[in-house]
Parts: sequence; C-alpha cells; structure tokens
Amino acid sequence: MAKVTIDNVTVEVPDGTTILNAARAIGENVPPAMCYYSKLKGSGGKCRVCLVKVTKSSEANPRGMPKLVASCCTTVADGMVVENVTSPEVIEARKGIVELLLINHPLDCPVCDQAGECHLQDLSYEHGAATTRYDFERRTFEKIDIGPYIQLHMNRCILCYRCVYTADQLTDGRVHGVINRGDHAEISTYISNIIDNDFSGNVIDVCPVGALTDRTFRFKSRVWFTKPMDAHCDCDKCSGKVTLWLQGEEVLRVTGRKDQYGEVDEFICNTCRFERKKKSDWVIEGPRRIGTHSVISQNHLPYELNVVNPQIAQPQ
Amino acid sequence: MGKKILLEHIDKPEIKGIEGYIKYGGYRSIEKALKKMTPDEITEEVKKSGLRGRGGAGFPTGMKWSFLFKGSDKPRYLLCNADESEPGTFKDRLIMEKIPHLLVEGMIASSYALGVRTAYIYIRGEYMYILRILEQAIAEAYAKGYLGEKILGSDYSLDLYVHPGGGAYICGEETALIESLEGKRGNPRIKPPFPAVAGLWGCPTIVNNVETIAKVPFIINEGGETYSKIGIGASTGTKLISACGNINKPGVYEIELGLPVEEFIYSDEYCGGIKGGKQLKAVVPGGSSVPILPQRLVTKTAAGTPRLMSYESLAEGGFQTGSMLGSGGFIVFDEDQCVVRNTWNFSRFYHHESCGQCSPCREGTGWMEKILHRLEHGHGHMEDIDLLWDVQRKVEGNTICPFGDASAWPVAAAIRHFRDEFEWHVLNPEECTRRNYGMGVAAAEPELV
Repeated sequence: MAKVTIDNVTVEVPDGTTILNAARAIGENVPPAMCYYSKLKGSGGKCRVCLVKVTKSSEANPRGMPKLVASCCTTVADGMVVENVTSPEVIEARKGIVELLLINHPLDCPVCDQAGECHLQDLSYEHGAATTRYDFERRTFEKIDIGPYIQLHMNRCILCYRCVYTADQLTDGRVHGVINRGDHAEISTYISNIIDNDFSGNVIDVCPVGALTDRTFRFKSRVWFTKPMDAHCDCDKCSGKVTLWLQGEEVLRVTGRKDQYGEVDEFICNTCRFERKKKSDWVIEGPRRIGTHSVISQNHLPYELNVVNPQIAQPQ
Repeated sequence: MGKKILLEHIDKPEIKGIEGYIKYGGYRSIEKALKKMTPDEITEEVKKSGLRGRGGAGFPTGMKWSFLFKGSDKPRYLLCNADESEPGTFKDRLIMEKIPHLLVEGMIASSYALGVRTAYIYIRGEYMYILRILEQAIAEAYAKGYLGEKILGSDYSLDLYVHPGGGAYICGEETALIESLEGKRGNPRIKPPFPAVAGLWGCPTIVNNVETIAKVPFIINEGGETYSKIGIGASTGTKLISACGNINKPGVYEIELGLPVEEFIYSDEYCGGIKGGKQLKAVVPGGSSVPILPQRLVTKTAAGTPRLMSYESLAEGGFQTGSMLGSGGFIVFDEDQCVVRNTWNFSRFYHHESCGQCSPCREGTGWMEKILHRLEHGHGHMEDIDLLWDVQRKVEGNTICPFGDASAWPVAAAIRHFRDEFEWHVLNPEECTRRNYGMGVAAAEPELV
C-alpha cells in the first residue's frame, strides 16, 4: 500500500495504482482524462490533459519531478505529494492543452450528435478560453461510413487512440488504426473498409468526442431531449445491460452504461445496440442519473458571464 | 592538433575493408575483451572513462549500462541508434560510410560487456547505401570469426543485424526506435518502464548512439583512465562535430572537448572562419533542437569567460544565455542570414516529423509553423510574436517524449535573442518578402555597428 497526498488530501492505495486512479479514489478534483480508459489496456498518456505536478516523488526521494507528469500513466509511490487544482502551473498547462486540442476541432457542436455528452465540450467549458487565437484554416477530412452503423467524422477526432485499443482488444480481426503522422494523422480503416464484427459498436461509446457516431441515431434528436433509462435483456453475446435513450415511447438509441468518468461498465454487442430498438425488447429497470458535470444538466452558469455591453456614444 | 580517437585513419581508403581495418589496429579490443576481461570489467572501464552518450542528451554511458536489468532470464538486446536525422547533424554517417568496422567492433565489444546475444543497428531509411556498406562489413566480420558462434574460440556468440527504418525522425527516440524495430508504428512509449528494464519485445535493452559505441574499442584498448584524461572536466574524450552553414570549411571534425568555440570557428584547422569574410551572426551549436546563440554569446558566456566546446560550457547560463552541445550539429550563420526564416525552416521540419501521438506536439508544432510562415512572408502581426512565445511554452515539457521540447526550444531562443528581427518582419512586410535573408547585422546586433 502507498500513501499519496493529492491536493492536500491523503489516501492509501495499492502499489501500482496510477495517480489518476488514486484521485478517483478520493473522488474530488479528479484530473480530466480524454484518452485514458480503465477498461482498455495500454490506453492513456496521449491527450496530456491529466497532467499534474509531483512536488515530492516518494518518502525515499523528497525531490519533485522536473516536469508535469501524465497522472493516468504515472504510478504512485509511498509518500508522494501531488498537486492538481492547487497548482497554478497545472491549471495553466491544462488550459493550454485544451486550447491546442481545440485549434483543429471544427466546433460544430450545434450539429454534432455528441453534444451534451462530449468530454471535449465539458473540458473546454471548465478549462478553455471563450475565444480562439487560432486564425488559420483548420484541417479537414471527408466523412467516412465505416459499415452500416458507424460513421467516422475525422474532423472532430482528437486522436485519443481509444477506438484503436477497443478494436484491438475487444474484437477479432482488427481493421482500423492510425495512418499518417503529425497533425495529418487519421483514424482509418485503410481505404474505406467496413468494420464488421459483433462488438464494433463499442468504438462509439469509447469515443470522447463526436468522431465516431451511431448512424441509427444521427440527427434524430439532441441528447438532452432524450430520457436515459437503465434496461437489460437476455443476450447470448453480451451482458445485455444497457442504457436506453427514450423519447416518449420510442427508443432512439442504446448505449452501454457509463459511469461518472464516462467509461462503460460493460461493453455491449451490436445486436443490443443497433437492432433492439423497440421498448418491448427490453426490461426497464428505472431512470438513470446524469452527472452534474455534464453539460446536459447545466441550465445555469456557476459564475457570471463577463458580458461587454456596447457603449453607445451620446451626442454632445 | 587535438587527439583523434575515431578519425585517425579516416583518410586511408583501405580502412573500409576488414583487412585494412585490422592493419590499422582494428579488432584488437575484441581479442582483449574476450580473452582477458570479464563483462563487468568492461562496464567498469566505460564508467571510469566518463564517456557520455553522443546522441544528444549526454547521459553517462557506463551508468546507462549498469541500469540494464539482469535479474531475469529474458534475453538482453543492444540497439545501435543510427537513425541520425537531426537537421545539421551528419557525424554518424561518416563513421558508418568510411570506417564501418569501427561500429561493428564497438557493437561486438559492447554486446559482450552487456551479455547480449543479439544486437541490432537501426539505421535511417535514407541511408540505404550505408546499409549495404554495413551489411558488407558484417559479412566480413562473420567470415573472420568476429561474429557468429563462439567468437575467437571463446564461449561467447553474437548475431548482429542491420535494420533500416522508414525514414522518420521520431524513430531516433529510443522507445520509438524499439517500436519501429518491433514492426509497429514508430510512436514513443510512455516511460517508465525504461528500455533498460523493458525494451525490445519487453526484454531489457540498451540503446546507444553510433559514436558512443564507436568509442568503446578505444576505451577497452587504452583503458578508461586514458580516455578520461582527454577532454575537460566531466566532458571527457573527443566529440565529432558536424559543422555546416556559412563557414569556409564545412565538414565533420573530431575535436577534443574543451576546445574554445572561437578557435573552432576561426582556426584553419577546423571551420576556417566565416565565408566571404563576413560577420558571425549566430550559431546553433548542437543540431536544430538546441537553442540558437547570438554572436555575443557564442565565443563568450554571459559571465565573460571564453565558451568552450563542452557539455558544461555550452550549457552555461541555462537557456537564458546558453545552449547545449546536443548531437554536435554545429550550424553557423553569417550576418546576411535571417533568423526568422531559419526558425520557420526548423519548425516546418518538426511539424512534418511529429508523430501525432500526444496532443500538444501534434497541434502545437503545426501552429508554430503556420505563425512563423506568416511572419516570414510578411503577413504577421505584432501579437503573433507573443502568441508564438505562448504556444511554444504550452508545448515544452508537456509531451510524452523530448520531441516537444526539441520543437519548442529553437522557437523560444529565436524570440529571446532576436525579437527585434521578428518585429522588423512585422514592420517591413514588403522588404522581408523581397529579400529572403534578414536585415543584416545592423538591426540584429546594434552594438556591433
């Protein structure tokens, strides 16, 4: 066991735990994570928004770490002291990274299906600036339909590699990955292959932004107009435990059950996700709570907006 | 004339083949190592020599070797990093092209010291003709019994392979090199675990630069003590410097560390002064990634002491007034060169070479390049300079591998030392597009006029 102090709160966690998971054990001021996914091996370390400052490496080594470290892939040591929101340096760096993530993002939230449950939206709401300093052309890609159910909208992608790991670890016959490099790197099935296997739909759930969307749900409704209900069914491929998103009696879409960090508890199969679209297919368990951090539940701002009122010159 | 360790016989053409190489004392270290020394003794000699990694970071090689995890029965690997792609650095090419057996000999000796049975030379894809040279050298070494089963009748066996990369700068980063060698996409890994614990195929691995490996035979032959007496302070031995830019004699020079920078630039033995008798404007002393030094800081440090070619002296003053020895790509600019254009050129390289794995580097390198392009082509604004400063700060230190730092440092140093030149570009948009070089010495270094 290792004792680690994060933002002046001490917690004891097993050896080998990452700083991020230790922070999750505390439960407050958890660093955001765009690419880390606890169910996917090897994920994390890429988006850099979970950077924290280690002011004391361990009991044996009282020096801090020279750079900010990614909390999702740095393991704790006994006596480690970590600063997350208490460090202005971390806040500054995180703000910068959110800005960098957004410079090539199309910001097409008004027409994006992910809006309302988008991690990038939450993140820029919490850390981003209200304006952009990037005035160059943003990079653009063509939309690709990968199979009958999934559409890839590469413009919105932040290259978190989650879907690549999902395809690698969850399904047989990996057909998609990352091609090219630098800021023209893209998720691709290499010359518009289709993704065709029973668990491919999970790439939609793991995508933190609106890059991979459900073609059976596209443009049907906004997330905040639908009502999430926990439901289950007998499925021979997966656990059958899902969340139904209902509008009236109509099932608009089916997703896995996501926890407070936006990670699904159990991956579900494509039959459950795309084909059981009648309420009678499911046993409804009850309504599902939406976390207060979500934009869905934000009807008012927690702070005053800095609105500039135009001053009209009075004629002398 | 300083002591030469690597390039003593470089001008003899027959040294490329194994017969000529042996004639000039080659492969002596293998016989000495295998017959008279234990692996630990060699590591101890390397430690004693104070040899530091010649790839850029300058990490003590002996210490790196001692980190190699020996507690498991997994095979251990030695990789030679010949993915030399830093703009301005071309020193490894010379060794591999002219004296390939020096590298092969170093690899055998180092492999024996580390208990390695399979070693790889990872060479950049653009050096395909050198790959043939190395393959030829390795075949000759096999034929002579320096490689293969039971080398020189001892119990030690080693296989050495050359593997070409696809031509990506990022594969010079040791973990990206390992990924690439494994046949995957060359993305750097997250450290820890370091390669010395889990590297190639999850086995303990040491990655060393070509020049570092090539120093090992000398250390075995002459002893670490002798080697440590060459050089100055903690910068022991010699270093290959690839000098280029506006100098009379560009090329690769082997210098004894501690040589004054002034002597290196102006003496006829080395660079031979600035071409055309012009004024010196700036120097990038260690390859494109290190901060640029303006004229007043090249020959003297901020404290007024002469600047020497050594790890410590070049870094004196931190990044405020110093730089780094880096990989030894010494780029000299005369008074007519434009720092903005040069910075844009470097930035364009980093934009092109970023692997795109982590977001600050992927997005930041492109942004920096676009701002610099705008400034250089006369469309910049004054705010762009501060914006550029801000973007490089967001990239530096926040990335998985040192690539982010390498892309941010040249930009930061250019703004730090040549801000007036950036402002000149904004204020004179027409003139800066008309003449492709900068404004010359009058505006860049007013105190010189």
